[in-house]
Amino acid sequence: MEVVQIQRNLVDYTKSLFMEGFLDGQFLQLQQLQDESNPDFVAEVVSLFFDDSQKLLNELTIALDQPIVDFKKVDAHVHQLKGSSSSIGAQKVKNACIAFRNFCEVQNIEGCLTCLQQVKLEYYLAKNKFETLFRLEQQIVASGGSIPMIEMGF
Amino acid sequence: MGMATQTQFHVLAVDDSLIDRKLIERLLKTSSYQVTAVDSGNKALEFLGLNDNEEDEERNSSVASDDQQVRVNLIITDYCMPGMTGYDLLRKIKQSSSFKDIPVVIMSSENIPSRINRCLEDGAEEFFLKPVQLSDVSKLKPHLMKGITSKETKSNINKRKGMEEIHSPDRTRARYSELEVV
Repeated sequence: MEVVQIQRNLVDYTKSLFMEGFLDGQFLQLQQLQDESNPDFVAEVVSLFFDDSQKLLNELTIALDQPIVDFKKVDAHVHQLKGSSSSIGAQKVKNACIAFRNFCEVQNIEGCLTCLQQVKLEYYLAKNKFETLFRLEQQIVASGGSIPMIEMGF
Repeated sequence: MGMATQTQFHVLAVDDSLIDRKLIERLLKTSSYQVTAVDSGNKALEFLGLNDNEEDEERNSSVASDDQQVRVNLIITDYCMPGMTGYDLLRKIKQSSSFKDIPVVIMSSENIPSRINRCLEDGAEEFFLKPVQLSDVSKLKPHLMKGITSKETKSNINKRKGMEEIHSPDRTRARYSELEVV
């Protein structure tokens, strides 16, 4: 496939992620911070997000499985996940965390369990989307092309 | 290379989140600041050479020469951190004779007016809502310049996501006239 076509695919794909609400403006901020001296900045930060989130989701599963649930602990983990997803622009994950925290506040175990499932789902979807994005970028770079900047009117 | 130029500002960033540390570091470096990032209030105090013990501080400041003492021009800290919060750190800095004049900026993911007010009233120069943007970092310059010149900063009106703050010319307190619901 020609580089131009892959570039077009990347632009369309990225735009669709914004339209569908997977990404918000913060992701654009991240891209703006990437340059020749820091060419992998976005990938590095997103990778940190994957590692961090995986750990947090594991902790949350364990915490909600306890005979007596420590809601403060659960809330602390969700707060952290909300923060990191917000920092990279993973909007749906962030929103799922906001809903989750509401159930923590009222100590509703069923609600929390449902939210955990929802957060996990959104996380895996987001992870998938990011991986596709980076794969397209790698293809472009491997073919000697440059990664197109997305212009969005926010 | 040569010696660090005197005009390059050194910012100490404090955040327990690795992702946010990476982000703030990049934001600050993009704006040509030298950055040291630590993951707790205690590490920040350690870096400054400030101990809980007043005695130690006096000893440190009398013994340390300009070469040994770390020069920090601004501290930017997350609010929510385990152990010492950003607010606790702010208080410690402002209570310290050696460091009370270092401008402190607080960051938080939560838009809680009472929290914001308290930080600003207790000496924070700015309060940024997370995720911090390049436009926020550009607000740091005047506070950094204050340390260099004796000119007073012009009063300016800042709007930030539903909060309205007004910096008075004699840079004492920020006041919130009303809250805008976004």
